[in-house]
Amino acid sequence: MKYVDEFRAPELIAKAGEEIRRLAESRRHYRIMEVCGGHTHAIYRFGLKDLLPSNVELIHGPGCPVCVLPMGRIDDGLSLATQTDFIFAAFGDMMRVPGTHGNPLEYKARGMDVRIVYSPVDALKLARSNPAKHVMFFAIGFETTAPSTALTLMRAKAERLRNFSVFCNHVTIIPAIRAILDSPDMRLDGFVGPGHVSTVIGCRPYDWIAKDEGKPVVVSGFEPLDILQSIVMLLRQLRKGQAKVENQYKRVVPWEGNRAALRAMAEVFELRPYFEWRGLGFISQSALKIRASYAQWDAEQRFSVPGVRVTDPKAAQCGEVLKGVLKPAQCKLFGNECTPEQPVGALMVSSEGSCAAYYNYEHRKPVTIASAAAK
Amino acid sequence: MCLAIPGKIIELDSQNALLAVVDVVGVRRKVDLGLLLDEPPVPGDWILIHVGFAMSKISEADAADQMRTLTMLGETEAAMQEVRGYGLENEEHDQPGQRLKQ
Repeated sequence: MKYVDEFRAPELIAKAGEEIRRLAESRRHYRIMEVCGGHTHAIYRFGLKDLLPSNVELIHGPGCPVCVLPMGRIDDGLSLATQTDFIFAAFGDMMRVPGTHGNPLEYKARGMDVRIVYSPVDALKLARSNPAKHVMFFAIGFETTAPSTALTLMRAKAERLRNFSVFCNHVTIIPAIRAILDSPDMRLDGFVGPGHVSTVIGCRPYDWIAKDEGKPVVVSGFEPLDILQSIVMLLRQLRKGQAKVENQYKRVVPWEGNRAALRAMAEVFELRPYFEWRGLGFISQSALKIRASYAQWDAEQRFSVPGVRVTDPKAAQCGEVLKGVLKPAQCKLFGNECTPEQPVGALMVSSEGSCAAYYNYEHRKPVTIASAAAK
Repeated sequence: MCLAIPGKIIELDSQNALLAVVDVVGVRRKVDLGLLLDEPPVPGDWILIHVGFAMSKISEADAADQMRTLTMLGETEAAMQEVRGYGLENEEHDQPGQRLKQ
């Protein structure tokens, strides 16, 4: 076990591992999807797979907002930002995500005004302090981040701040789970539910997965013990033939979610009829659009957007990896043409992308050990 | 981006009821309370912060757990960089959206 010494309560972790081995019936093969990219990162970082029997397989889900954003949206956002007196503001996670003609950092090198912000309200602040320029915040994220963008837009409207807009790429997790369950090449037994998304949406939105699809869902925290306990809870349900939604992360996730955050989202956003997800294609009602009452602050309603569609590089198999059909290392480009330093596909860009996580903790490790042995 | 950062409410902003000074392992920044309207925090409360907004109230023990999780994930430096980057603390000296180094 790689990092087990750093863990809290190693004896409990060992017990959870034993319990998983006890609960997993040897005649069955379990495929459990962790939806959230934060969980994917933690699973690789902590080497949790080493604690699981070979018939309990973890499938990495679509919950990395950078990874599921189609390249066309990046191209669209960057093309708007080539206007004069324009500031393109985004979270640091976006800066190395490749567009057709380069990533935001490379646009910056060509003279475009690109800024990292750590909060959408800081983009608003940039607009206040640069009245002669237009500041566009390139918004990404699931329901964890969308309420913050919503409040920022409410503030912009209240102030009648004219030189600020949002290019909205917020997506919602439930339709993506539905698309994966509808996919014919996908067989899953249960879900480790996202932790921080659920602080906003609560646990009820997962009910249909249990009731209609007959798959258990356990909303989980991010510590090794949290994730292992969630797998124990899933296996217990599966063993009893149950399918219900459980909350392992009660210390942070209220069952009903955060109502103030949901109100802010409802005030500012409506569902798009459909939205393209990288690797998953078009999914209906899977993304958020800024309402007409906020049109003045919506970059897509305010400016003419090219609406670029870019197909992923043919050799890259991001879609298959994103759906859990292929493991990261089974992609033809993995580790050769596509690395965290020179990413081709988005799954390699973010530390929460399954390819980057696999590369950093599984793939690179043996190389280091081998090179150390050679010395 | 999806991991939340724990912090302690030090004081509420006297000018703006929706802002509070929060301490994250010694770094103090103003954080937006707009998403906690239904259960406004008071000084001494612990919260989880996400992109400059307080997302939920938690216990002190859970805050310690969350900080340890970030450390174990190797995300402490990124989290602290994010907190230091919040540009809300001082209107006059504020430099949000730091220009990127080439």
